[in-house]
Amino acid sequence: MAWVLAAVLLVGCDGFTDESREFGPPVTGEPTHSVVIESPQTLGVVDSPLLDVNGTPIGVGCETCHGPTQARSWAATPGEPFHTGVGVTVDGVRKLDHHGELRCDNCHSPDRLTVHLADGTTLNLADTMLLCAQCHGPQYRDYQRGSHGGMTGFWDLRQGPRSRNNCVVCHAPHSPHYEPRMPAPGPRDWYLREKPTAAKEPASEEKSSDLGDGHGN
Amino acid sequence: MAAGGATFGAAAVQQALAPLAELSGGFTLDEFLQRHYKQLSREDMEEVLDRLERKTLEEYDREVQIEDIRPIPGVQFGYALNLSLCIGCRKCVEACHKENNHDRATYNSYIRVLEMEKGGNDLEESSVTYDHVVPQRKKFYMPVQCHQCDNPPCVKACITKATWKEADGIVVVDYNWCIGCRYCISACPYEARRFNWTKPEIPAEEINPGQSYLTNRVRPVGVVEKCTFCAHRTRVGRLPACLEACPTGSRVFGNMLDPKSEIRWVLENKRVYILKAELGTLPRFFYFFDE
Ligand code: HEC
Ligand code: HEC
Ligand code: HEC
Ligand code: HEC
Repeated sequence: MAWVLAAVLLVGCDGFTDESREFGPPVTGEPTHSVVIESPQTLGVVDSPLLDVNGTPIGVGCETCHGPTQARSWAATPGEPFHTGVGVTVDGVRKLDHHGELRCDNCHSPDRLTVHLADGTTLNLADTMLLCAQCHGPQYRDYQRGSHGGMTGFWDLRQGPRSRNNCVVCHAPHSPHYEPRMPAPGPRDWYLREKPTAAKEPASEEKSSDLGDGHGN
Repeated sequence: MAAGGATFGAAAVQQALAPLAELSGGFTLDEFLQRHYKQLSREDMEEVLDRLERKTLEEYDREVQIEDIRPIPGVQFGYALNLSLCIGCRKCVEACHKENNHDRATYNSYIRVLEMEKGGNDLEESSVTYDHVVPQRKKFYMPVQCHQCDNPPCVKACITKATWKEADGIVVVDYNWCIGCRYCISACPYEARRFNWTKPEIPAEEINPGQSYLTNRVRPVGVVEKCTFCAHRTRVGRLPACLEACPTGSRVFGNMLDPKSEIRWVLENKRVYILKAELGTLPRFFYFFDE
């Protein structure tokens, strides 16, 4: 419709008639806004045998059973089997089965409240990213440069803050492989060219044995 | 330049065009006489925005705010996507669909994710309609959206100058100037443009009320639309909706002129790949791999 007049009005619409409209207001100053790293709320929380009114286990902190101020009745006795869901025991040695073959003590300190680096430096669970960094230097570097781990908020820290995720939000420390999932729905545009290969794909291709196994690097 | 109305007298024009207005259904004279985006004064623009807000309220029963958000001086946008991390979950597709007020029935989105054979790079062999757990072991995933080319074939193909490249690198469409000839759609090697075959249907409560003229306002029927790197967000410093929605952290966005920006680091330190580089389109959208 508009073409009737478009033809008439077309002359000279390469530049802005009002040049002040070309740009918005300039943004000046230093990038002063902060980048906050969000940790999961469950960091350092374990399901206890106690249930709440809905029947869900009540979460308690490590210090409830470990450490100097533990409640007596909860005190962890050395050797008592606990946290049996974590890792596997082979020939009497307990280790992780989904994160290399790491032993519990490669990360956890004897006090059970903290984790530690190879040189003995202890870290609070909240600083667990530095623990990951020790063995995953390239990913940690990429994370710091913004090309691993994602972000939300502002690209321009002059204009607003940014929020990022702790490594353990995406990678559970005991089983860090990024979880496969069902995708959001595909497109339904009517003019979409339907690919013969897509239609022919045999159902067996979708067996769970064929799930991705980390195609990074 | 004189507007059509100034020469003929608005009333006379109105009368002359009355049959046209009836034919096109809901097409008002103001719209008909609206000048090209770049020729509007600030006051003209205000009027246009008011009118569009009223129209959205009438037609979609939703109060929205439509702004005319302009580029930030000294900013050149660039976007990169890490193919080593992307798992093809289409969260970006979904986020775009909602952010940009796309038609619900067609589930339109500016992003399409191609599922491809590892080791292959034949786009024709890819699937966009895959529907199984991702990622599949033998596949990799490649989201494709507008590359905001610096040598844009779509802009060259446009016969009415309804689409152009802005100072920060974003290629935009004036939906009120587009005549729907779709030459730009055929010209785009990335299949990044979409056509509104029908009037977009979106329930009032689902309309994203934060809108801008050149980006996510609800488009009229019969015009072409495209990804603008969410210019209504990115021109006020925010990250694009597709980046925020990505659960894998595959997407990197920022100002290529800032030597400390994340996007610059990727371009300088990663193995960067340009889709259909041989066409000379000079994209601002890049793919990369971790080494
Ligand atoms: C409800 C009580 C309880 C809570 C809460 C608890 N633990 Fe334990 N934990 C135990 C018991 C019991 C043992 C087994 C005795 C032992 O080895 O000290 C144990 C053992 C461990 C071990 C050694 C496992 C092994 O086989 O070597 C680690 C590591 C550990 N806990 C970490 C933690 C961390 C980290 C937290 C907090 C996030 C936590 N625990 C919270 C009861 C608890
Ligand atoms: C790669 C380092 C690493 C190794 C190896 C490791 N953990 Fe952990 N573990 C962590 C971190 C980090 C946390 C805190 C994260 C959280 O609470 O979400 C944690 C949390 C825990 C918790 C409390 C949260 C939960 O998942 O129940 C327990 C219990 C635990 N570890 C036990 C173990 C045991 C037992 C082993 C050996 C089989 C082990 N860990 C091996 C890093 C490790
Ligand atoms: C003591 C060294 C060490 C620490 C600390 C460590 N990792 Fe690992 N990580 C490994 C090893 C070894 C592998 C297995 C590599 C392989 O199998 O090729 C691995 C594998 C991974 C993988 C790939 C898993 C897969 O199957 O795709 C991820 C993701 C990962 N780690 C994340 C983390 C995170 C997050 C932390 C911090 C909570 C962490 N790692 C701490 C040693 C470590
Ligand atoms: C926003 C989610 C997210 C965060 C946060 C995140 N990662 Fe990842 N990471 C991923 C995804 C997705 C992959 C690729 C998984 C795949 O290909 O299946 C990955 C892969 C990895 C791998 C495996 C690479 C390989 O060769 O297979 C390691 C190691 C890793 N990340 C470490 C880290 C560390 C360390 C941190 C924190 C500094 C971190 N990640 C933060 C999403 C995340």
